[in-house]
Amino acid sequence: MHASTSHPEQRLRLERVTKRFGTHTAVDAVSLDLAGGEFFCLLGPSGCGKSTLLRMVAGFETPDSGAIRLDQTDLTALPPHRRPVNMMFQSYALFPHMSVAANLAYGLKGLGLSRVQSAERVRALLRLVRLEGFEARRPEKLSGGQRQRVALARALAREPRLLLLDEPLGALDRALREETQGELRAIQRRLGTSFVVVTHDAEEAMALADRIGVMERGRLVQVGPARELYERPASRYVAGLLGDVNLIDGRLGRPEPGGIRSVETALGFLRASGEGEAGNPVVVAIRPERLVVSGEGAGLQGRLTEATFLGDRIRYRVEMANGSTLRASAALPAAGPVPSVGETVAVAVPADAARILPA
Amino acid sequence: MSLFARTALMLALAFLYAPIGVLIIYSFNASKLVTVWGGFSTQWYGVLFRDGPLIAAALVSLKVAALSATIAGVLGTCAALALDRHGRFWGRGTYTGLLYAPMVMPEVITGLSLLLLFVGIGLDRGISTLVIAHATFATGFVAVVVGARLKGLDRSLEEAAADLGAGPARVFFGITLPLIAPSVAAGFLLAFTLSLDDLVIASFVSGPGATTLPMRIYSQVRLGVNPEINAASTLLIAAVGLVVLAASWLTGRKGAAV
Repeated sequence: MHASTSHPEQRLRLERVTKRFGTHTAVDAVSLDLAGGEFFCLLGPSGCGKSTLLRMVAGFETPDSGAIRLDQTDLTALPPHRRPVNMMFQSYALFPHMSVAANLAYGLKGLGLSRVQSAERVRALLRLVRLEGFEARRPEKLSGGQRQRVALARALAREPRLLLLDEPLGALDRALREETQGELRAIQRRLGTSFVVVTHDAEEAMALADRIGVMERGRLVQVGPARELYERPASRYVAGLLGDVNLIDGRLGRPEPGGIRSVETALGFLRASGEGEAGNPVVVAIRPERLVVSGEGAGLQGRLTEATFLGDRIRYRVEMANGSTLRASAALPAAGPVPSVGETVAVAVPADAARILPA
Repeated sequence: MSLFARTALMLALAFLYAPIGVLIIYSFNASKLVTVWGGFSTQWYGVLFRDGPLIAAALVSLKVAALSATIAGVLGTCAALALDRHGRFWGRGTYTGLLYAPMVMPEVITGLSLLLLFVGIGLDRGISTLVIAHATFATGFVAVVVGARLKGLDRSLEEAAADLGAGPARVFFGITLPLIAPSVAAGFLLAFTLSLDDLVIASFVSGPGATTLPMRIYSQVRLGVNPEINAASTLLIAAVGLVVLAASWLTGRKGAAV
């Protein structure tokens, strides 16, 4: 159905888009550029403004200021039914009084297709989401996963240049969700359509997106590929949103050669990477899997209070001398002893894994 | 259900329906005296169907009910849509209150004020004034029934239709209206029965040649109750009962519900 070529010239551009509800600023001067064929995720907790932003692109909310452009065309003043953009709703919003085929064909009216072409398009959509034979079913007679696929197919029926997906996997159970993530990704690659997904689930965002935009109280605070956001978060908020992290308050020391800085913390001096002015209060962020816990060796001394076996790894909790706790996790060693609870252990902090963030 | 609860329910139902039951039973009375049982007979139904003025009144009632329920159905649906769909516009609470007020307004006052209005603007009293009056007080009921349905309707269905290229008219007639149709029909039926039942307002606003069935029954009863009136009332009860059952079936139906 769609040409599988990508369209690099097709891009969404948000220019300082702002939306207020009364005195509450839901979306605060968000600017963003999206490449054609890109899979983009807006990530944030509920109430951060990500859904409002999506609804402004779809046309259901009007920005108070700023502009929304698609391929140089200003969409800002266009009503939803005139935008070359489609949306998949969190509730799926399947029309309950219509069959699956009628749902899929709903958006084809007005595209200038003949009846034969329409029927062919509906068949192609059903094939795309593997629902052949379900044409005549009513949505209420479908399972959750099937409804999700009908909703996706319906949103793709008009071959939009940009597809918006509001928590597309939110209503599915865990096993189905992982399988569907792969499918969604495959369909997006095959069609070359730009996707913008809204989600509160960091793991899902990382599994799906080329780039992730993290939103915090209406602002887009960091944009980048999943790995960059995970390893080099710009703030403690981003660090905490993307996964478990140890945060240690401290004061930044003078620059040293090699970009490594020394930070004075309650646990002693830590070596970490990042920038900032010497003497400023900072936070050192370290992912649990980057801490190295060993029975003997160099590192911060602490007492192992918990070791939880999780199959593919072990999770440790280490109580430090000042009473704070560090969380670490490690792959299971093929052989050899594992520190046991109650022992004194050393926690090594690799300087390249410890990130300096503003306090 | 416990024996006590069952007994209590039966007593309450008996309290509510015993008078109606007596009326229905006496409509099959062979005797001409209302309070003396003279054996089973359907003769009063025969008399009823040969009673020209009574039949004429019944036809007036049906005509007024159909017309006023249609008007109330359209206006009430429009009002419910406006109140539900246009967010928190200024004065929304007041408008809601104004819409519902005629439902609790004493009928005597509604009837009197309508009479003053019709006399004031020089409208001849008859079928048209009856229709207007009944539509006036039934609109609020329709708005309540349709409004409840709209509140339960997922807004994203309409948004999805717009997103798929449908203009406002196609969204309304293709998505919204089919989904609220059962409640619109229920509202219509409710308005229909309200009009069929009404005596007080009709007495104020009707004119010569526009006597409704309840008005006719009431005027005959003042000259003395006869079994024919019981028969007429029984038929009226049956009609209203059927309509109410249909309305509750429409609103309670699960298949079409969203």
